[in-house]
Amino acid sequence: MSLTPRQMINAALLVILALLPFLTDWAGDSFYTGLVARILILAIAALSLNLLIGYGGMVSFGHAAFIGVGAYVVGIGAFHAFEDGIDWMLNGYIQLILAIFGTAFIALIIGAISLRTRGVYFIMITMAFSQMLYFTAVGVETYGADDGLSIYSRSDMLGLIDLNDEKSLYYLIFFSLLVVLYLMHRLVGSAFGNVIRGSKSNEARMRAIGFSPYKYRLTAFVIAGAIAGYAGFLMANLNDFVSPDVMHWTRSGDLIIMILLGGMASLFGPLYGALAFLMLEELLSSIPLTIGGLRVGEYWQLLFGPLLILVVLYARNGVDSFLPGARKSP
Amino acid sequence: MTTQDLLVIDNLIKHYDGLLATDDLSLTVRKGELHAIIGPNGAGKTTLIKQLTGEIPSDGGLVSFAGKNIKRLSEPARSHIGIARSFQITSLFQDFTVLENVCLAVQAHNGHSFRFWKKINDDTTLTDPARAILRQMGLEERADTATAALSHGEQRQLEIAVALATKPRLLLLDEPMAGMSREDSEKLVEQLNELKQHYTILLIEHDMDAVFSLADRISVLVYGRAVATGTPDEIRNNEEVRQAYLGEEA
Repeated sequence: MSLTPRQMINAALLVILALLPFLTDWAGDSFYTGLVARILILAIAALSLNLLIGYGGMVSFGHAAFIGVGAYVVGIGAFHAFEDGIDWMLNGYIQLILAIFGTAFIALIIGAISLRTRGVYFIMITMAFSQMLYFTAVGVETYGADDGLSIYSRSDMLGLIDLNDEKSLYYLIFFSLLVVLYLMHRLVGSAFGNVIRGSKSNEARMRAIGFSPYKYRLTAFVIAGAIAGYAGFLMANLNDFVSPDVMHWTRSGDLIIMILLGGMASLFGPLYGALAFLMLEELLSSIPLTIGGLRVGEYWQLLFGPLLILVVLYARNGVDSFLPGARKSP
Repeated sequence: MTTQDLLVIDNLIKHYDGLLATDDLSLTVRKGELHAIIGPNGAGKTTLIKQLTGEIPSDGGLVSFAGKNIKRLSEPARSHIGIARSFQITSLFQDFTVLENVCLAVQAHNGHSFRFWKKINDDTTLTDPARAILRQMGLEERADTATAALSHGEQRQLEIAVALATKPRLLLLDEPMAGMSREDSEKLVEQLNELKQHYTILLIEHDMDAVFSLADRISVLVYGRAVATGTPDEIRNNEEVRQAYLGEEA
């Protein structure tokens, strides 16, 4: 099997990610393992969102809410295990099932209503639903309201894998990313993926040749939601903390920006986008320059904004357009 | 109606804010015929096609297909009972290849598409029939070309190929020759001549040479009404038609 230059770059990236914990050990700074783990979790969420946006043309502006639901499953489970001694609520497998199927169910309801609209209305209604979930989390005092919820105990995977070990957790996240990448690859190339892409390309023609796109779109919405819920499960375990902030609509906006930065026409785009987004945040916010008593780094978004505009104007497929064998921008 | 009638339109009505686009229209398409509809711009030809496919609802009247009232059927459902259309303004999957365009239409009639794993590209139950249709329309050499890279004439042919891929019993062709060069439309007339051996066709077309050489029967639509129906000879000699429509051109 011979690889194209593009596939070699992708493979090289995955190899670096696979070796990362050892590289940071060797460099003596494990901070970056945590940062990259966070990036990979967001990449998983962005990949799932790209099924909707990049392949399906459904600009969902509430995707972070699903991450939040998954994360709260872990947080609430740990809370009751700690406060009330309900041990089964710490069981990682039960948490996992609840996180995935819980978000799938919520996505089913949100999608069933939202997908009856198009364009700007779809953007607004998905954002509105996510804000409802956000304010629900803000309102529940028991679980810390807007202060959030500290997680004193990570999910108990019953000895199969110890999530308290940072390396083990990193590899769980990394392998999850590989699985989601492969899942997306199969999904997009399947009969189902064909319908999703066709419905983005020309819905009128889809109906004329006998497809009812709604039920396929709804299925995609549920799949994407469930994967984001899984990302939330990982996120809560990594951060030992969950707060309503992860569900805020600006977090959903961040996911969309990652997709734009990375390129939505390709499988790996969201991964590159998540890397670029958080690396830039890290880089720009640590600029040591001070102008008139203001530290430039604190206003990193002022620099990030124009950069994003440049990408949208001149590199429509983001990072992807700089890789060899890129498709021409539409 | 007789058993020879595939499509029966009875007192069909459509109005847009007081404008009657389809005004008590009645006509019948017989099994196996090529029935052409001609009429000046704004006569309601495309509106009629949209009503027949279910893209827009009718405000009154009856449409029956193969003896069944299809009023309550959605647009996709009508595709599944065998009504296919081509679009006056080319409506393809521009970011798909030529073959993928036809495959998608075959896929729509190949069971449900809740299949999440198996690769679609090498599914011969889709590609074999799709390639056969491309061959029929003379596009087989362009199978792997991006649709956006096709010439206008080729896109018009693909437009029909996609409709054919749904295994239709009735083919609604909405100005298939629109914008085509002389040369291309002559080629398409030949292909339509071949297609009419196998399909019942309702053809809307402005190219009068094409219509009069292809049609078994012609209906003349003026302001949403069929003012006359008959063989090409009958239509050519119909005084009312000459005044209403042909007169302006002749």
